[in-house]
Amino acid sequence: MLKTLLRSTALVAAIALAPAIVPALTSPAMAQAQGGDIVVTYKDDIATLDPAIGYDWQNWSIIKSLFSRLMDYTPGTPDLVPSLAESFTVSPDGQTYTFKLRKGVKFSNGRVVVPADVKYSIERAVDPKTQGPGGGFFGAIAGFDDFVAGKATGLSGIETPDADTVVFKLSRPDATFLHVMAINFASVVPKEAVEAAAGDFGKKPVGSGTFVMKDWVIGQKLVFARNPDYFVKGVPHIDSFAVEVGQEPLVALLRLEKGEVDIAGDGIPPAKFLELSKSPEGKQLIVDGQQLNTGYVTLNTKIKPLDNVKVRQALNMAINKERITRIVNGRATPANQPLPPLMPGYDTSYKGYTFDVAKAKAMLREAGFPDGFSTVLYSTNTDPQPRIAQAIQQDLAAIGVKAEIKALAQSNVIAAGGTEGEAPMIWSGGMAWIADFPDPSNFYGPILGCAGAVQGGWNWSWYCNEALQKRSVEADSMSDPAKKAEREEAWKKIFIDVMADAPWIPIFNERRVVAKSKRMGGADNIYIDPTRVINYDAIFVKP
Amino acid sequence: MIGLILVRLVQAALILLGVAALTFVLLYALPADPAVLLAGRNATPQIVASIRHQLGLDQPLPIQFWHYLTGLLHGDLGRSFNQKTAVGPLIAARLPATLTLMAAGIAVEVVLGLTLGVIAALKRGGFIDRCVMTASFVGVSTPQFLVALLLLYVFAATLGWFPMSGYGTPAHLVLPALTLGVLGAGWYARIVRSAMIDVLGQDYVRTANAKGLSATRVVLRHALPNALLPVIAMIGIDIGQFMGGTVVVEAVFGWPGIGQLAWQAIQQVDIPIIMGVTLTSALAIVLGNLVADLLAPLIDPRIRAA
Repeated sequence: MLKTLLRSTALVAAIALAPAIVPALTSPAMAQAQGGDIVVTYKDDIATLDPAIGYDWQNWSIIKSLFSRLMDYTPGTPDLVPSLAESFTVSPDGQTYTFKLRKGVKFSNGRVVVPADVKYSIERAVDPKTQGPGGGFFGAIAGFDDFVAGKATGLSGIETPDADTVVFKLSRPDATFLHVMAINFASVVPKEAVEAAAGDFGKKPVGSGTFVMKDWVIGQKLVFARNPDYFVKGVPHIDSFAVEVGQEPLVALLRLEKGEVDIAGDGIPPAKFLELSKSPEGKQLIVDGQQLNTGYVTLNTKIKPLDNVKVRQALNMAINKERITRIVNGRATPANQPLPPLMPGYDTSYKGYTFDVAKAKAMLREAGFPDGFSTVLYSTNTDPQPRIAQAIQQDLAAIGVKAEIKALAQSNVIAAGGTEGEAPMIWSGGMAWIADFPDPSNFYGPILGCAGAVQGGWNWSWYCNEALQKRSVEADSMSDPAKKAEREEAWKKIFIDVMADAPWIPIFNERRVVAKSKRMGGADNIYIDPTRVINYDAIFVKP
Repeated sequence: MIGLILVRLVQAALILLGVAALTFVLLYALPADPAVLLAGRNATPQIVASIRHQLGLDQPLPIQFWHYLTGLLHGDLGRSFNQKTAVGPLIAARLPATLTLMAAGIAVEVVLGLTLGVIAALKRGGFIDRCVMTASFVGVSTPQFLVALLLLYVFAATLGWFPMSGYGTPAHLVLPALTLGVLGAGWYARIVRSAMIDVLGQDYVRTANAKGLSATRVVLRHALPNALLPVIAMIGIDIGQFMGGTVVVEAVFGWPGIGQLAWQAIQQVDIPIIMGVTLTSALAIVLGNLVADLLAPLIDPRIRAA
């Protein structure tokens, strides 16, 4: 007997006004040219386009555009809007979400999208047999544990009562649930196409997004053409994009300057960045944007002497973060807390541990280590990460802490971090946390919460503060959109209280830099979209 | 002859088995858990355990290896952890590019190396000889990425004679093949030079000269064939090396060969792909040497007799 009601917050107001919002989204299209075929390059091959599996920043943006989800974001912003859903309601207890599907949306194989497709797609993402990285996001849906354990054949919490309704019953309130409905793993796929692909859906994707895959030459290029039947008129703007892989970033830039390439997806190598940023011509090619990312050093709270909070605080004061940002050519801003500035809940008034060698030394003496100690700092082994680790090592040496650097392949660092008692300190560079969706809770659970402090987990500080854990659950129970501000405030306090325990040394928030050719139009934030990286739906070619 | 081939094939099978076992043990010894990487940052321990079980990673190493071998005997190289697709077709899709580049690279090496080596041997001790020897020394000690980037900058970016990157037309092949060939030619020039100097001092060459044959005829018909033996052996080695070791050239020129595939798989601990590529390269090395062994008696009848 749930009494569902339409919430009267900004978020839901936007939904109520959905018909008005959609023209608002597309009206700039009048000014934007339609058409154009562009070329995008990456060094690495595209691993897969299966939305239940793809989880790297090359395929993330492509999958976003090949498929549609119940919810999506206004381009360039972290603002949720209904997409495949026409509208939705949330029950007062925050545990039932009811979505009404947009009518007549078709997969690119011609079949109309029905509620059963939504249920199938999410169950597929959760099913351990899919071996995808997205299952954990759906943990709040009722029946999750039984399904994962193999005790049930589906998620009992997803119901499809009629031809255009999907109902989600949650086992606990989850304020991030609408974001979860917008991540790639919640993309809607047609069962018959998945089955026809016989385990190769990642190479033969079928969806209902803005683009359709036309061709894939393994190791060379992929071609995507506009979906003429996409349910928002006037989207996308370009006719097609070709992704050429195996392209060295430096070569890609040379080609971009010659006009052969429109977007160099891997960014700009440091030397070339200086050259480009110095010339007026080159400057026009650089897109420089903030992303939801923080680079940090984990301090393992289960390894002596880092188990002593005073020691961790002292180390926090010892690091000259300004100097470290210079190693990446200033393409980063020093950080003082886990959340990046763009994230709701970021505390602008918090000053953090300021760089003060004398105070750090005094603190260390107070903690009982007047002569410092020896420890080990892990880092990945690709430039510039070992150089950043060296800078941290030098700063630590100044207060008497001798850190030996272990620069290893990324997978080995991840393994060391997830093994209890193994890695005292890890510089997160190269594997830094980039938010899956723009919500502060995404920066807590797996990396600072108790659930992540397990064998094979990602909480490499092995930090578990029960009181904060409780507050995090409370904050995530505030799923009433009217309590949005209150919830953000709660998260803000949680992260500042985390910093009192100092399980991390936040180092910097790295900006993302990509290069685009002069003919490409659109604001920087659709080339470095906080939820997509490149937003293929919004970019356009200047007339 | 047939006997030699049979012995060699048995040897080849044993070598491949050894390579497979060694690679398998090394990959297993890595302190990285593919299941954790696959399950992602948000996974529950239950999901990780399930994936580990499905991949068979929770079984003892010998059993895992046995499963791999039985698959291999059925022509099944397994499925990529990351790409979730069969490894065989992934490698097969990239083989043409690798083979093309290998053939072109070796052709440049041999033509350039032979010519320079013969000239150096004939002008032994002279200015040209010293130039060739210095150039070959520079060649064998210059890193590939440097030459690759130089060629790219001059002939593609500045002059625009060739495309900067990609695959498909003969024009795309020129710069990568030159990079491999120019650097490798140094080895050939040195080998051919010393073999030629050796041969040119033999009695039969003196006889040929004495009976009034033209210098060109003496060199091309009498001396050179006898100096070719080490070159054939060298080509056998290069076949193997180029099959697995052109990662740098492939990366710079965006050449879609198996080196690129291997490099990415190593980053992601995609064990089935690493195994597949290693075995393919090992097979190429074994076959390359086998071909060299079989060609040798055709060129030098003395080996046939022995």
